[in-house]
Formats: sequence, C-alpha cells, structure tokens
Amino acid sequence: MSKPLVSIENVSFSYDGQQTPALKNISFDILEGEWLAIVGHNGSGKSTLAKLLNGLQFPQEGSIAVCGITLSEDTIWEIRKNVGMVFQNPDNQFVGTTVRDDVAFGLENHGVPRDVMVERVQTSLDKVKMGTFLNQESHHLSGGQKQRVAIAGVLALQPAIIILDEATSMLDPRGRAEVINTVRELKERENITVISITHDLEEAAKADRIIVMNRGELYREGSPEEIFQMDEELIKLGLDIPFPVKMSKIMRQKGVGLSKSYLTEEELVTELWTSHSKM
Amino acid sequence: MMEKMIIGRYVPGESILHKMDPRSKLIIVFLFVCVVFIANNALTYGVLAAYTFLMVGMSKIPPRFLYGGLKPVLLLVLFTFLLHIFLTKEGELVFELGWLKVYEEGIRQGIFISLRFLLLILITSLLTLTTTPIEITDGLETLLNPLKKVKFPVHELALMMSISLRFIPTLMQETDKIMKAQTARGVEYNSGPIKERIKAIVPLLIPLFISSFKRAEELAVAMEARGYKGGEGRTKYRQLTWGLPDTTMILFLGAVTFLLILLRG
Repeated sequence: MSKPLVSIENVSFSYDGQQTPALKNISFDILEGEWLAIVGHNGSGKSTLAKLLNGLQFPQEGSIAVCGITLSEDTIWEIRKNVGMVFQNPDNQFVGTTVRDDVAFGLENHGVPRDVMVERVQTSLDKVKMGTFLNQESHHLSGGQKQRVAIAGVLALQPAIIILDEATSMLDPRGRAEVINTVRELKERENITVISITHDLEEAAKADRIIVMNRGELYREGSPEEIFQMDEELIKLGLDIPFPVKMSKIMRQKGVGLSKSYLTEEELVTELWTSHSKM
Repeated sequence: MMEKMIIGRYVPGESILHKMDPRSKLIIVFLFVCVVFIANNALTYGVLAAYTFLMVGMSKIPPRFLYGGLKPVLLLVLFTFLLHIFLTKEGELVFELGWLKVYEEGIRQGIFISLRFLLLILITSLLTLTTTPIEITDGLETLLNPLKKVKFPVHELALMMSISLRFIPTLMQETDKIMKAQTARGVEYNSGPIKERIKAIVPLLIPLFISSFKRAEELAVAMEARGYKGGEGRTKYRQLTWGLPDTTMILFLGAVTFLLILLRG
C-alpha cells in the first residue's frame, strides 16, 4: 500500500437530459496494488464511476488523475492503455473471430508491432490459463472462459489497473469463481490494481477495501469487516449481506461463541469445527 | 435443406488450395470470371472444364459432397439450358414437337451457357469451401488497400465484415433461444398456413433486432475502452504469406488463358 494510483477529486457527473446527477461530488483515492470493490444497487452511480475512470465519459465538475496523468480528451488513449476494463456481457465484448484475434484487438489499436503482439497474445492467454484455446471461436467457449479471454485482452496491454464492471454478474457460480480466482492470482503476481464494480457482496468480501455508493454519493468506505458491520443499513441500501456474515451474526445471537464475523464460508466452517477442540 | 447448401461454407482441410494465400485465390477467381468469356467452342470449353475439375481435385473436397451441395443450383442451370433451347431461333431446325421448335444454335448455346454457369459456380464455391470467411476478409482488405487513396473506407468495411462474421453464431443461438421462448408462449413456427407462419416470424424478429442494437452499443463501448480509434495507426495481427504455390497457380491460370486464346474459334 503506497501512493495513490488514481485520485478522484470532487467529481460530479450527470447524463444528458437527466435531472438527478449520476454522481455527486465524489472524492477518493485508489492505492497502488489494492483490490477495491465498489458496491451499490442499480443506479447508484457505480458503473458511471467506472466509465469515468476509463475516459468513456468525462466529469462535468472535478478532476480525475490516473497514474499521475490528468484525464482529458488528449490523454484518454494513454489512460485507456493503463486502465483495462472487463464488461458485464461476455458476448458483447468479444471483437475478434477467434480467441487470439480478440486478445490482439487492443494491441492492434495501440499500434504494437506484430512480433511483440504474437508473444504478448500467448503470454497473456497463458496467464489466464486459456493458452490452449488460441484458435477457438467465441461460441465454443463458456461464459467464464470468454471473460478470461477478455481479461487476457486487457492484460496484453500491460495495464496498471483492471476494472471489472459487473464482470461476473452474468456467469454461473463456476464461471464466477474462475474469473475471480484468475483476477486474484494476477493481482498477487503482477501487482495489478483491481477495481471491481459489483452488487455481489460475496465478491466484494474478497476485496481489500469497499466503497458503498448510494444515489450518486459515496455512502461509506472501509474494510469488508467494517462494511459488513452495517447490516440492516446495507439491506436498506438494496444490498444483501453475504451468507457467512449473516450466519455468524445469527449464531452469535443464539449464543454460539464466535470470536468475530466471518467473511468467507471457509473461515466460518474452520472456526466451527475447531471450536470445541481447544486442546 | 440449409445444412446441405454449400455456398458460402468452409470445409476444413489440408490441401494446397486450403493453404494458399486468400489474396491469390481471390485474384484467381476474379480472373477466372473474366477468362470464362473467352471460350466459344467445344475445345475451349473443354479446356475450361478440365481446369475446373483439376482444381476440384486439388481441393480434396469429395465430389459427392460437392454434388450434393450444388444440387439446388443444378436446377437453376437446367432452367437456363431450357430457356436457351426454347428461345433461340437460329441455325437449322433440329426437331419439332407441336408448337415447340428446337434449333441447332439453341442446343449449342444452351450447353455452352449452362456449362459456363456451372464452372463459375464451381470455382467460386471452391474459394469459399477452402478459405475461412475471416481469411477472405483479410485478403479483400489487402487487395482493396490501394482504394484508400480515393477515401474508400477499406479498413472500416473489413472490420464490419469480420464483426458480422463473429456475431453470426451468437445471433443464431439467440434466435434459437427466442424461438423456444415464443414456442413456449404458444407461437407455432412449423405448422399452419403460410400466412400464419410468416406472421409468427414477427415476434421472433423484433426481440432479435432490439437485442442486436443493444449488443452493438455495448460492443462499441467495449471497443472504445480497448483503445479503438479507427484504422489510423493500427497494426495488424493477422498476417498473410504469399508463397510459391500462389505465384505458380496464378501463372498456371495465365497459361490456361493463353491456350484458350489460341484455341478460340
């Protein structure tokens, strides 16, 4: 945890023809190498925030700096190289006819020479464990595999930040686990900063830090432990608490002596089966 | 029936024709379309037919498969043949059947024109059968490159083609899904009078259109996020390699053309 990689200062944004602003005076920093989850119900402004970070939209007020570069019309190409995005629908972001073409798409856009491209396509596919699918066409892949290819496409550009914009919401549980584990490994190995925009709190529980958005405002910020203490408040915001947290809470109410609330099922189970064998 | 049609279909293989550069194949097909018109007697048509069958042989595509796939087209060829026989009124009268008069020139024209038609279809089918659509797109893009000087949007056209190709299976799957959903709601696609069946297509097309527009929009955002800013300053990942077979095959067609000019009546 060191210097801020992204700094967002007093940013406000509203879509054309809409009265209520999508984002109201937002300020926060994103640190290098952290996994930040931005949660909120539909229309809370979390996806808009993601689009601002990549220069797909510009804030009407305030400023955003990514890797020390202030976002503007002139710097978006540089910033887009540093900020990769993976979107929700696996089909609608697959541009190439085959896996290798799709991964190469971003590289082609940035004018990377062909020999470098060939090498980077292979290494980035290997990193997401899709190295053997080079010539596969998109309709032969599962949702999770397509999202992993999308991640490889982003990695090929060697970005500092990956934004997952609801990237797992259309996947089945297995696909979701595939994608999250892939991102987790990459974060550890390549020191990539991850911003995951989600309304799945189970996914957010794995983050280092959570930001809760509500009606275009930054509602709360804290570690997953802190955020899940909010309980009822979260439910009022249209979010649900992850199952292990709910479970620990109920068990504590019933008088089972748990030392804290657990964020993952594994932790909770381990605590439970070892709780009577304190020898 | 659609499964049997081979026009526009690709059959994977390892033949010389499969391995050739799409550019040389496109050039050959284009030249062949012109060369076909040189032939004007039995000998020259024979040479053309021999060339075509040689190509079919080299493609290693089973003739039976080719025949099965081209059957619907053969009907069309037969129709052209009959049209010429009945409508050409030149040369000696060969025979007469009531009001029907068949002339010598009619038979000649009928055979030649339907043969020409058949050979053209065979050669163009060979192109699509041995070349993947994306290779054809790449080939076209490079061949049309000089047109960029006159502001013809070559790159955009090629990208549009490749994206359409990429989305065909996706949209097929979607059509299937919508069909099932509508069938579950009581729409019948396979029975009833033609008028009803055509009407049933409407609730299939509308959701398909709406979702395609949504896809297009999302795809555009995703492309932009990945740094797409038009053809300017873009490098290409796919590379075409022109080899000895490519040059040889073009020269061979050149030789055939020369022979045709010599033998032409």
